[in-house]
Amino acid sequence: MDQPIIRIQNLQKSFGTLTVIDGLNFDVAKGEKLALIGPSGSGKTTILRILMTLEGISGGRIEICGEPLYHMQRNGAEVPADEAHLHRMRRYIGMVFQHFNLFPHKSVLQNITLAPMLTKGETRAAADKRARELLDMVGLADKAGYMPSQLSGGQKQRVAIARALALQPQIMLFDEVTSALDPELVEEVLEVMKRLAAETDMTMLLVTHEMGFAHDFADRVLFFDRGRIVEQGPPKQIFTAPAEDRTKSFLRKIIAAGQRV
Amino acid sequence: MEWDWDFAWSIMPTLLAGFRITLIATFLGAIVAAVLGLVFAILRRSSNRWLSRGTSFVVEFIRGTPLLVQLYFIFYVLPDLGLRLPALMAGVIGMGLHYATYAAEVYRGGIESVPRGQWEAARATNLTTRQTWLHVILPQAVPPMIPAMANYLLAMFKETPLLSAITVLELMNQAKSVANSSYRYVEPMTLVGVMFLIVSLLSVIALRWLERRYGRVSQ
Ligand SMILES: Nc1ncnc2c1ncn2[C@@H]1O[C@H](COP(=O)(O)OP(=O)(O)O)[C@@H](O)[C@H]1O
Ligand SMILES: [Mg+2]
Repeated sequence: MDQPIIRIQNLQKSFGTLTVIDGLNFDVAKGEKLALIGPSGSGKTTILRILMTLEGISGGRIEICGEPLYHMQRNGAEVPADEAHLHRMRRYIGMVFQHFNLFPHKSVLQNITLAPMLTKGETRAAADKRARELLDMVGLADKAGYMPSQLSGGQKQRVAIARALALQPQIMLFDEVTSALDPELVEEVLEVMKRLAAETDMTMLLVTHEMGFAHDFADRVLFFDRGRIVEQGPPKQIFTAPAEDRTKSFLRKIIAAGQRV
Repeated sequence: MEWDWDFAWSIMPTLLAGFRITLIATFLGAIVAAVLGLVFAILRRSSNRWLSRGTSFVVEFIRGTPLLVQLYFIFYVLPDLGLRLPALMAGVIGMGLHYATYAAEVYRGGIESVPRGQWEAARATNLTTRQTWLHVILPQAVPPMIPAMANYLLAMFKETPLLSAITVLELMNQAKSVANSSYRYVEPMTLVGVMFLIVSLLSVIALRWLERRYGRVSQ
């Protein structure tokens, strides 16, 4: 196997006295589509937030494309990363949030062009052109001039996906991107993500409660409980023949709640 | 006591000269309050505990003592410590400092009204701290501050007569000296009241408009 694009080694994360992640290890191959599932509170969001540098680590090590995320070299020694290092590393990674977090004072187009113009020095013309292509891809070509408040939840989330894609990250993180949506709006967002998975070689990490989608989307499923990986494997194996009792009982509860697997 | 139109008319130039000083003091005081308030708000957010606690203490101290006492202190006590300020400057600094503590609260409220998700989206799109403030946070934080700031501006305007206590020749001081030399109070004091009332009424109309336009920041 080539060098993994993400390597997580003995990751520790505590909030005060609460240890949320305790010695987590896993690698992600370039282009791999990963689904993170597990009961609420098991640390899935925290892992994505750590990768996006929204949350610091308490111990361990993460490498992105072979470079340490939270460490850097200084005078031949490895020291904690400073803001400049984190800023440089963030270029590799994009994130889509459960609650969209669009910039409400900017139009749909400006939401997408703001960061490329500010952080990559793209011209307005170039940024606009790309933004319109991305809007076309997410099926919102006619909404460029709208304000976020004029959009439905599903449309907002598709704009948020376009905004993250505009920076051309190598890794995309999706944190329960459909769970704040009305049921009838879920499908349009999943459609976009399916297309993204099929058409790009981007590495994607997806936290979801949509087991059916995780099954179709993922190359590998990681089942988390209390900050640890209980079980992992191809979707077919995890969903049809789980080995661990905790996985089985989690899936039973999900099915009882009425979801297709 | 009869209202004397001729007398009222004859004192108008003096009163208007005072009114001019009142407006200047309000304007300069507002600038001091706006700038210093921002400094207080930023220092209070500092991750350095001594800095944020120290600032909180200073702010509480200023707020917990009357403006009049502060004005006396700046104008009559500081000279004993070697700092002699012109009356207007002392007044502007005193009022500005006092209202800066209120402005700091408004800034804080405005900044905190921006959801955490906006900071996170800015970071996830790799904006720098400066870009985040400039392009994401302030454009959302400032509009809801405007009605509250305008409110304090009006309150400060109405407190300018306190400056007469430290010899600033603002409207109230001029009216008092006219009254003391002519032994007529009804015209000067009525005119002072009318001038304040006109500005206040206009301000209230402007404020209503600002509130409709920018919404209200809950205090
Ligand atoms: N900022 C925080 N401060 C304190 N505890 C937190 C914070 N963020 C998450 N947690 C706790 O960490 C645990 C894992 O949370 P999270 O990663 O959101 O789980 P999941 O996404 O799997 O539902 C939970 O117990 C949660 O309460
Ligand atoms: Mg979560």
